[in-house]
Amino acid sequence: MSAPASSSGSRFEFAKWATVPTLLWTALFFAVPLLFMLAVSTWKRGRGTLEPVWNLGNYEKLFSKSYLLEGLFNSLEVSLIVVVVSVLVAYPLAYVLAYRVPARWQKLLLVLLILPFWTSYLVRSYAWSVVLGDNGIVNSTLLAINLIEEPLQLNYRRGATVLGFVHFFAMLLTLTIYANLVQISPSYRRAAADLGASAFQTFIRITLPLSLPGIMVGAFLTFVITMGDFITPQILGGAKELLLPQSVILQIQRAADIPMAAAMSVLLMLAVTIVYFAFSRWLRLSRM
Amino acid sequence: MNRLGQGIGWTYLALGYTFVFLPVVVLVLFSFTSRDVPLPPFEGPSLEWYAKIFSNDRMVDALVNSVVLAAVSSFVATVLGFLGAYGIARHRSRWEGVMRYIIMAPITVSYLIVGIGLLVTFHVMGVPKSLWAVGVGHVVINLPLCFSIILAGLGEHQRNLERAAQDLGASELVALVRVTVPISLPSILAAYCLSFTLSWDEFIIAFLLTRFDVTLPVMLFELLRGGSSPELNAAGSVVFGISMSVVLVAAAIAMIGRRRA
Repeated sequence: MSAPASSSGSRFEFAKWATVPTLLWTALFFAVPLLFMLAVSTWKRGRGTLEPVWNLGNYEKLFSKSYLLEGLFNSLEVSLIVVVVSVLVAYPLAYVLAYRVPARWQKLLLVLLILPFWTSYLVRSYAWSVVLGDNGIVNSTLLAINLIEEPLQLNYRRGATVLGFVHFFAMLLTLTIYANLVQISPSYRRAAADLGASAFQTFIRITLPLSLPGIMVGAFLTFVITMGDFITPQILGGAKELLLPQSVILQIQRAADIPMAAAMSVLLMLAVTIVYFAFSRWLRLSRM
Repeated sequence: MNRLGQGIGWTYLALGYTFVFLPVVVLVLFSFTSRDVPLPPFEGPSLEWYAKIFSNDRMVDALVNSVVLAAVSSFVATVLGFLGAYGIARHRSRWEGVMRYIIMAPITVSYLIVGIGLLVTFHVMGVPKSLWAVGVGHVVINLPLCFSIILAGLGEHQRNLERAAQDLGASELVALVRVTVPISLPSILAAYCLSFTLSWDEFIIAFLLTRFDVTLPVMLFELLRGGSSPELNAAGSVVFGISMSVVLVAAAIAMIGRRRA
């Protein structure tokens, strides 16, 4: 975008000031609240009010009580599993879509792929809980073909949470990887084949490295959203283990401990920020 | 070998699409059941569950809240997104990179953090929970998307038309209102529609920042505590149906826009 600066001198330039309200909104309702969150995380819950004690008590408590820290580890573990499984599911799908499906069908199949995206994540998780239930469609099908004799316990465990997440992110990753794959010029792959590379070698040495940016963008988004999602584990995961967002909500709802919830949120943000910098080679926020 | 590969490819594709569509099909299909559980075998079709949700006043209130919230917050997000995009595209500044970074920043943070940040702030400032508070949060999360969609639509072609208008004597503001806005209308409407569907579906911010005037997703979450029911299927299908209608309208507008351009 190479717009030369308007040469109209001292006249009021609207374009110069147009960004101000936008920047103000983000500063006032995004940056300032994050600072408040950081500040309040050093406060203490008092009787009915918050006491500004300005110390690291909440963080000490967080790191000394295993039940509080457990949420973070569970979240990291689940997010990692979700990212890996989603990439493994989505990559072949994107590959087949980009290279095997005739061009005129590709658009239709892509549109179909994002259709379920418009169901809300709450509704999607609910739908999975129905599908996975004792009398749900999966168990009743398996029973009908005599593959099992008793319904499997599929709901309310970590596997169900992972499945719910993978369902959503496989769609998302298929799109980001597909977008990347179709940009790779076919001449690279042809050249590799001409030089005697097998189909497998071409994939490992040419296609996969060139599609890495698409994987990374999708994987990062997957990680961030999984780390911060409350609904999917709440509906599908059952009561045995809590993920970090569930612990945060629990602090607010049950314990009415807003400072502790703030401290845990800071921890969540920190974890995501660290991962952002690890991925930053592939993510250019200012270019989006 | 090649045919085998092709076969495996198509099989995988079929499995993938089954996986993606399974919950949606189950959701919608069993909203029409006449049994009182959303489970196979399917009996019906019947509309009794839709009748039940539309005769529930609290449910209808929540639905209206959600529509108003999505409509108003998306309007604000689109206006602010347009102003940001116009400023970035039409005024050269050495702060451009920084400004883009600030405007896009909320996208790197999960909705939960945006919600907790606002909850803490409003709590300390003594601002009561309300639909307005949720609206503020929804503008924050949708602003970066509106900004980037509208910015992508403000290219050199549009710039030349604006210059032509200004050469013919239009002031900057007149060119903005009579030229820039009309030619960016497809991307502005696309931004509005995307923002609408995201706000309409959003749960966690609405859950944290409302008390009485709840939105439909919050209402559904409360209903869920009572276990699965075809009523939930019906309400979920309504949520899906409204999102889909907005998306179809957006797609139609985009197609008309492309044909005119």
